[in-house]
Amino acid sequence: MKVNTPKRSICYILLVGLIGVYSQNAWSDIQPYNMPEGVTEISHKVFDLHMIIFYICCVIGVLVFGAMAVTILRDRKSKGVTPAKFHESTFLEFLWTAVPFAILIGIAIPAAKVLIEMEDVSDADMTIKVTGYQWLWRYEYIDHDIDFYSVLKTSRDEIYNRTEKNENYLLEVDNELVLPTNRKVRILLTSNDVLHAWWVPDLALKKDAIPGYINQMWTEINEPGIYRGQCAELCGRDHGFMPVVVRAIPPEEFDAWAMQQNNKTVAKSGGSDTSLQQGNENVANAKETIAPSKQDQKNIAAAIEPQAITNQ
Amino acid sequence: MSTTTADEHHDDHHPSGIMRWITTTNHKDIGTLYLWFSFIMFFIGGFMALIIRSELFQPGMQFVDPQFFNSMTTMHAIIMIFGVVMPAFTGLANWLIPLMIGGTDMALPRMNNWSFWILPFAFAMMLSTLFMDGGGPAGGWTLYPPLSLQTGDALPFVIFSIHFMGMSSIMGAINVVATILNMRAPGMTLMRMPLFVWTWLITAYLLIAVMPVLAGGVTMLLTDKFFDTSFFNAAGGGDPVLFQHIFWFFGHPEVYILILPSFGVISSIIPTFARKPLFGYSSMVYATASIAFLSFIVWAHHMFTVGMPLAGELFFMFATMLIAVPTGVKVFNWICTMWRGAMTFETPMLFAIAFIILFTIGGFSGLMLAITPADFQYHDTYFVVAHFHYVLVPGSIFAIIAAVYYWLPKWTGHMYSEFWGKTHFWLSTIFVNITFFPMHFVGLAGMPRRIPDYALQFSDYNQMATIGAFGFGFAQLIFLGLVIATIRGGAKATDRVWEGAQGLEWTLSSPPPYHSFTTPPNVDNEWNWFTRTVNDEAIKTRS
Repeated sequence: MKVNTPKRSICYILLVGLIGVYSQNAWSDIQPYNMPEGVTEISHKVFDLHMIIFYICCVIGVLVFGAMAVTILRDRKSKGVTPAKFHESTFLEFLWTAVPFAILIGIAIPAAKVLIEMEDVSDADMTIKVTGYQWLWRYEYIDHDIDFYSVLKTSRDEIYNRTEKNENYLLEVDNELVLPTNRKVRILLTSNDVLHAWWVPDLALKKDAIPGYINQMWTEINEPGIYRGQCAELCGRDHGFMPVVVRAIPPEEFDAWAMQQNNKTVAKSGGSDTSLQQGNENVANAKETIAPSKQDQKNIAAAIEPQAITNQ
Repeated sequence: MSTTTADEHHDDHHPSGIMRWITTTNHKDIGTLYLWFSFIMFFIGGFMALIIRSELFQPGMQFVDPQFFNSMTTMHAIIMIFGVVMPAFTGLANWLIPLMIGGTDMALPRMNNWSFWILPFAFAMMLSTLFMDGGGPAGGWTLYPPLSLQTGDALPFVIFSIHFMGMSSIMGAINVVATILNMRAPGMTLMRMPLFVWTWLITAYLLIAVMPVLAGGVTMLLTDKFFDTSFFNAAGGGDPVLFQHIFWFFGHPEVYILILPSFGVISSIIPTFARKPLFGYSSMVYATASIAFLSFIVWAHHMFTVGMPLAGELFFMFATMLIAVPTGVKVFNWICTMWRGAMTFETPMLFAIAFIILFTIGGFSGLMLAITPADFQYHDTYFVVAHFHYVLVPGSIFAIIAAVYYWLPKWTGHMYSEFWGKTHFWLSTIFVNITFFPMHFVGLAGMPRRIPDYALQFSDYNQMATIGAFGFGFAQLIFLGLVIATIRGGAKATDRVWEGAQGLEWTLSSPPPYHSFTTPPNVDNEWNWFTRTVNDEAIKTRS
């Protein structure tokens, strides 16, 4: 070693520090992001599990990287040390098999409890059926006879940088999924074409929408508000352009809203609800695009023409 | 060193120029071919990554169409996995396994030639799909139907090239198994083999076990598309989820195929520069075997969100968590190897240490992903992208780079420039973290993977990642320059190269003769098996 080691380590620490300071200045409003705590009991439990395992990893990391730092700084040939000769220890091997195993059991028990709770969809107050299409969502309120499509609202001008992007860029839809707070809602998921996944981080809900399958999950939202998510399974050209927006409102308001929607649906037979019509046209288009795979390539080329994002 | 025999003399009349490389059956030549092929594909796959990162530099669509973006993510993955990491490890296996076990060559030299020369054609076909009607494959490297069945003209070509890659890997694996089981020098018992040989033996069995499963899965896609079958078509009575089970039954052992040989490389490098025998040799072998076994029973942790029964989710969660145990044993053993050694920090050692630290970080996020309830939040987000890039780039790729620095003097007979090596190391390590660390944050905050455009709150970290990716990419040009310069010249390397190097390959000249170990070394005399060190006196008197 040509350079003496403490000086050198200090250099490295300074270098890392400088990079830190630089990034502070360059991205001054940067926040270390974490998983959202969410607005359901389950989402809180998931967040807690996430943080527990994260802290366990941090502790193990400090021990492992600490030991490495000690040996890297101390056991240097440049310091004239003679290497030791030991090369095995049954006791140590047993120890570092058994201790991690015990830690894992400690994590597995609470994780299994939360999982069992998440998968219990019994006794739901109401049911929503969600169907994925390339590239929009359809929401059917099974108990309320409400049925509509939900399409990205962000304009093409925003996507192609011709106008300023609004704060909900790519996370806004024409028709939000309206849900009541404090009621257990069962969500049934399926797809009309390819795989999709319906995901709202604040509700800690993510599951695949699969053609030929009906998956189910449940949620009970504690706080009114608007919760945004996205499709989380690659579903083709406009996978990045099919957001999920949930508007949670108090139960009484929800009942009033549902009543109003029913009336609208009845009135709609006169043919006035444009958003629903637009949605239907969109699905008609989408259905063409997912024509059976035996169709010739021209149809498939048509399938990958922009649709969802041209909607505005 | 080894005596020249009439036989060897005869073999030296090999063709020169391009025909030497096309017709070669020599394990060193084929190893070189594999490594250069991997290096070229690394730059092609890296170029695709930079297209992806450029589009993601800012919100909004700037450079490419979303469909092309999807085909870049798909091709980037296929190239990096099948075209870079796997061929690089096969190249290392070709170069090193015969030298490490004291064998003359690979057991099946003609098949060895064939298994390499399939690859350039397979990848030429794969890359040509970018120019076909409908573009390249854009359904992700996992090729999930029904989306993958919407691929244009590219689909049959992609499947055909995957078959080629699979055949190449299976033949390479058969060759490795045959070589290790048949070509060892007298006295080189299985439990005396270097860890690199052990990890490759286990990897080869994994390859033979799972590549046919992938071949079956993609063939079913092909018949669904062109021959009216309905394996994965729900409307015809099939099951789209079946493909995912088949794919990940291949896919999970595959990710260990990509990492186990790295463990072997690191287990060679750490003892050399710590000047101390590898700690816990036999537990390292058992840990590798345990990881390989577990890899077959954890596949569905890639599909927690498909709606499996609760019992399935619990089983795959517990089995996945278990992998942390043998992986932890390996990390602890490496640290104990360093403990109380006398370390120096040449470039291979720097890459090896960075491997241990950054691979462990990837292991931590892997443990987090194993927790099913939390995985529902992480699944298909940038958190997963961060996780697998941490285990693949500063994991597998760093191990390959470390291996090249470590054995390059042996292969070429020249020392590389330590200054440029260290520069390459520091730039790579800093930029790889700037690239992939922010991805954890955007993933947790809710950014799905495989999207060409994103919501505004993800902008800052995506910008950092893009800057890091360009830095990392350009830093690799230093590596390219260094390798070429070292092949062309440089200080003469000694036979031992590294003061603490142990193993049969270091008893040969640098570079080794075209045909090495034509007379098998007497391993019993030359090695102190208790301390796993070379008996120099015995080597000097080698006949």
